[in-house]
Amino acid sequence: MTIRNRVLILLAAVIALAAVAVASVLHASARAERRDRAQPGGPRVTSGTVTLTTPGRMVFRNMAWGPHRDELTTVPASDPSGPRTASGVKCLRFYAASGTGVCLQAVHGPVSDTYRALILDAHLRTRAHYDVPGIPSRARVSPTGHFAAWTAFVGGDSYAGTNFSTRAAIVDVRTGKLTSSLEAYRILKDGHAYHAPDVNFWGVTFAGDDRTFYATLATGGSTYLVRGDLHTRTVTTLHRNVECPSLSPDGTRIAYKKRVKGLPKDAPWRLYVLDLRTMRETPLAEPRSVDDQAVWRDNHTLVYALPGDYGADLYTIPADGTGKPHRISTAAVSPAYLTQ
Amino acid sequence: MYVADSRASKPASAEGAARPTPAGRRRAAVAPTVLALGTVSLITDVSSEMVTAVLPLYLVAGLGLSPLGFGLLDGIYNGFSALVRLAGGHLADRGGGRHKWVAGLGYGISALCKPLLLLAHSLTPIGLVLAADRTGKGLRTAPRDALISLSSTPETRGRAFGVHRAMDTAGALLGPLAAFLILRATVDGYDAVFTVSFCVAVAGVLVLVLFVPGSSSAPAIETAVRPTLRAAVGLLRHRDVRRITVCALLLGLATVSDSFVYLLLQRRLGVPDRWFALLPLGTAAAFLLLAVPLGRLADRVGSRRVFLAGHGALLLAYALLLTSWHGTFLPYAVLLLHGTFYAATDGVLMAAASDSVPEALRSSGLAVVQTGQALARFACSLGFGAAWSLWGDRTALLASTVALLLCATVSLAFLRPTAREKAR
Repeated sequence: MTIRNRVLILLAAVIALAAVAVASVLHASARAERRDRAQPGGPRVTSGTVTLTTPGRMVFRNMAWGPHRDELTTVPASDPSGPRTASGVKCLRFYAASGTGVCLQAVHGPVSDTYRALILDAHLRTRAHYDVPGIPSRARVSPTGHFAAWTAFVGGDSYAGTNFSTRAAIVDVRTGKLTSSLEAYRILKDGHAYHAPDVNFWGVTFAGDDRTFYATLATGGSTYLVRGDLHTRTVTTLHRNVECPSLSPDGTRIAYKKRVKGLPKDAPWRLYVLDLRTMRETPLAEPRSVDDQAVWRDNHTLVYALPGDYGADLYTIPADGTGKPHRISTAAVSPAYLTQ
Repeated sequence: MYVADSRASKPASAEGAARPTPAGRRRAAVAPTVLALGTVSLITDVSSEMVTAVLPLYLVAGLGLSPLGFGLLDGIYNGFSALVRLAGGHLADRGGGRHKWVAGLGYGISALCKPLLLLAHSLTPIGLVLAADRTGKGLRTAPRDALISLSSTPETRGRAFGVHRAMDTAGALLGPLAAFLILRATVDGYDAVFTVSFCVAVAGVLVLVLFVPGSSSAPAIETAVRPTLRAAVGLLRHRDVRRITVCALLLGLATVSDSFVYLLLQRRLGVPDRWFALLPLGTAAAFLLLAVPLGRLADRVGSRRVFLAGHGALLLAYALLLTSWHGTFLPYAVLLLHGTFYAATDGVLMAAASDSVPEALRSSGLAVVQTGQALARFACSLGFGAAWSLWGDRTALLASTVALLLCATVSLAFLRPTAREKAR
């Protein structure tokens, strides 16, 4: 074959391949228009004022298609499937307590997306912002509103890399003092100081004393519930096989996802509640795998997200292992219940 | 005794080789085959790095999967990929040199994996597709490097590998950018990223098929050695091959993996979180800029010397990481040294090994050296992780530094210049 013919063949092939490539990009960009239109039968969303100090309301990320997609939205806690009021503030993950909000959002830069955490006041104005080193995963605010925490996935960097790690950060919102990774804390595992390069933390949850928190520590292929101390900057392992802990308002129990043997690798978790006094585990009546850090609506009820038609839906379940799950909202994620 | 370059400096395949350099002219053109292979690698790396860059986001945001624990099979897979690499090298040598077709098979498998990603929606199938992708990469590496070495004269080999590695790295830098632009232009456009990545990969395979010459039946090769499996293993009985393999292995045992280097950079030198994802780009940029100059240096002063000096750069990087001194330029210096290490060792090792492996066994020989190095580095990762758990990061790094110093000293004694290098 002459060089000329080879070049012609390559040229023809490149044109055909470019056509396929362009068509696929156009197809994917056409989705933008569809998602900007509200889907029929979906929740009604109107813009309005959202504050973090209105008792009896639930604030969450609205995932319903339409102009308010991904915005912080509020509904009455007593009517979670009712009309939604959207704030105009877009977040991927969100939580709030005592008039302090934490909003993890994407920042669209010229050559790549980055992420940041916003600390919001009661009127959703930004008080501070911090860089988040990867894809946001969990967000929490302490019951006092004085501390905020978030977790991000940090991706693998090698060829077809499959190694991922997490970073959990805690900030004192009064002073702005940031601990960018809990890996800076001293670890006491089974009574001994412990260090390892594969240590990962995620899913921080705070107690009401502005000192104690709980989180997941993963190392050596196992996960542990740890109790953290913000004063001594130490974490201590308490219990095995606990992920994404969530402390009950009365501080006596931890709701968490437990990796249960025999379940598929993609959906390995079941919701459990751990009594911190007796260390007794109670399985909840949700038969599906839950990948979320559950939220306590009150001392008896948990709220969590499961995949739905438009991203995720919210469900409730009793915290004592009885009853069965109820869907309370469609196209919603990251709920927070406002108490004051 | 077979020394590959004993047959003067006649290139194996006349079609793709650089013209013999007339004395006094320092710059000879890089062989068209090397440029073609460099183009294939550039295009293929754009394609594969597009996928690598969006994969975490796709798993977490696109599929809602938790990517933790995904790397558990990596260890098992490392062993398998070593076998694939050896098999690729051996297959390429059989039948008088089928380098092009074995490399093409490797590129083809990786290309076919891209549309499969559109169909895989849970962890196990995605893991299998990624494993197949890496199998393709394992298959093609040794035959491709053999083609580069066979189509350049021994005097220009360092530069030929340098040019190839620079083009390869350029592709790796462009891929994530392309993926990002697609994600920006679309909504959840992961399907578009995978489709475009597939189209790009197919273009790479086509460039290989159309513009890389297949091995001519090269009758000269027949007389040397028959490329049997036994002959491939027997390569290790050859002093020069054994020495370079042992050195690659020894030095690999003290080469801390990239992810540990970046972790140490962050923990010891306090690199802020927001820069963490950009650290590999620093290494790649230095690699890209230095691959050709260091390749040329290897041609001038000997590839073994440059290979060893590259480990000197790594040693310096370790030393900087050990200081508890927080200078603003220190992370840049470490990344520059890390990139220099790659530029001085990656292609240069292949150039050095090519000097000792006979043409008929070139793919197998290069595969043996690469596999030894890869397995040694994997062992180092395990050991380093264990040392970190036992003694903490500083002591683990100190141990690696001492180990690297020892291995480099042994290698220095081992890798005395060959006759050809002495003659210069």
